[in-house]
Amino acid sequence: MTDTPKNPAFDHAAYASAAAAMLALPIDPAWMPTIVANLRVLHAAADHVGTFPLPDEAEAASIFTA
Amino acid sequence: MSEQDWATASAATIATSVSAGSVSARTIVSAALDRIGRIDPAVNAFTDVLADRALARADRLDTARGRGEAPGALAGVPFAVKNLFDIAGLPTRAGSLINRERAPAERDATLIARMEAAGAILVGALNMGEYAYDFTGENIHDGDTRNPHDLRHMSGGSSGGSGGAVAAGLVPLALASDTNGSIRVPSAFCGCFGLKPTYGRLSRAGSFPFVGSLDHLGPMARSTRDLALAYDAMQGPDPADPAIAGRATEPASPGLDEDMADLRIAVAGGYFARSGDVDVFAAVARVADALSCTRSVEIPEAARARASAYVITAAEGASLHLDRLRERAGEFDPAVRDRLIAGAMLPAPFVERAQRFRRWYRAAVLDLFREVDVILAPSTPYRAPRSGQATFVLDGVELPVRPNIGLFTQPISFIGLPVVAVPVRLDAGLPLGVQIIAAPWREDLALRVAHHLECAGIIRAPVANLA
Repeated sequence: MTDTPKNPAFDHAAYASAAAAMLALPIDPAWMPTIVANLRVLHAAADHVGTFPLPDEAEAASIFTA
Repeated sequence: MSEQDWATASAATIATSVSAGSVSARTIVSAALDRIGRIDPAVNAFTDVLADRALARADRLDTARGRGEAPGALAGVPFAVKNLFDIAGLPTRAGSLINRERAPAERDATLIARMEAAGAILVGALNMGEYAYDFTGENIHDGDTRNPHDLRHMSGGSSGGSGGAVAAGLVPLALASDTNGSIRVPSAFCGCFGLKPTYGRLSRAGSFPFVGSLDHLGPMARSTRDLALAYDAMQGPDPADPAIAGRATEPASPGLDEDMADLRIAVAGGYFARSGDVDVFAAVARVADALSCTRSVEIPEAARARASAYVITAAEGASLHLDRLRERAGEFDPAVRDRLIAGAMLPAPFVERAQRFRRWYRAAVLDLFREVDVILAPSTPYRAPRSGQATFVLDGVELPVRPNIGLFTQPISFIGLPVVAVPVRLDAGLPLGVQIIAAPWREDLALRVAHHLECAGIIRAPVANLA
């Protein structure tokens, strides 16, 4: 799994700071590099999923039945 | 049989002997407690040993058997559970520091109650990665569970204590959870058998959650027979788990010896045949050869399935822990904390998209099961790394260990397929794992294949040499 999102120039640190404020998450600045690294990997994973064409009828499987 | 031999006997042997009255449950439990006391300090599998409770229960079982009552299919069998299972009287810590302040559980988890209803005897709670967000078996609060086959190596996680306890011969059965591979990874690293059943098969009531839409509970053991005995004892509807399918019990033990000739078996190719050490594919080939399997199938879009599981896990896990992250972030394992915080920041459409992809992927993989009954794949991309090891080399490229351990397990649990993880010993080195994957609700087929391989001597789970 790559850790490079489609838009590598995206400023994950600025986004993380803004999102932390919105979520009322107090973050020690020392944690930020690891949080940003994790966010980049998650962003890349979400991009990979997002490039797959899905029919509009594909409903979310959040209440999953095998 | 000496007390030392009883400590490492199989569940099936113990249950048969206790039922027949040739040994008492107290002797069995005492032997297990003695071995735990001698061996566990080196392995660090247990976080709680419940000697008083276990001996009292053993005495009740012996008394009842003396009155002529049938003691159950797991009569006198000691077992232990990952410490995310509720145990009456203990706070359910789930590998964390924070949860130790929870009120003691008022009752046992459903699966503990079912195991004990079948005669098994709970002897303790087991170490795990914090809040189950882990593949290593490492825990900064309780210390790492070490691999019984080589104490310098990882046990695998997050059910590291379960794998360590079974492989070290401390108990013949352990219960564990698997969200992305947490039964199958320690089964591979510690050389045990593990069953991750179909999503919705076994009740999760009374267990601390991680990712509700991906969480499974299941048993680990040193033989397929023991795995099936535990699985059979734990099945059945439970209104306390909102995700349980409500199916009636479908015992797997009676069919373990059934004929294999009618089963269509294939090896997973493509994604599951690359990005791993050569030995893991040799282990799959050994199992395939023993089954005369020459067919391969490609599970479509497995990389996207893994990416989706990764996104859903981070987002749902973060949602579960959001208040704790706001108020007590400094008390988390930093590695877990930073993954969860990043997960909390994921935009909702990313998560919804992953859940929609899950619907598509499920349909595509179920189509494969029109053509085959069982699919074989590696459990992990490499044998157990050394404790604390950060990178490994694959095809000359240095890659991080932690994020890659679940490479082959995540695309399977993502759609809730049942898997028996089996141990393969290619040489004198550490064990390897192979996943035997079946269609939903066909745990019986995966167990039958595993049992056949075990009887043929292809797979085995010897007790680690720690004495």
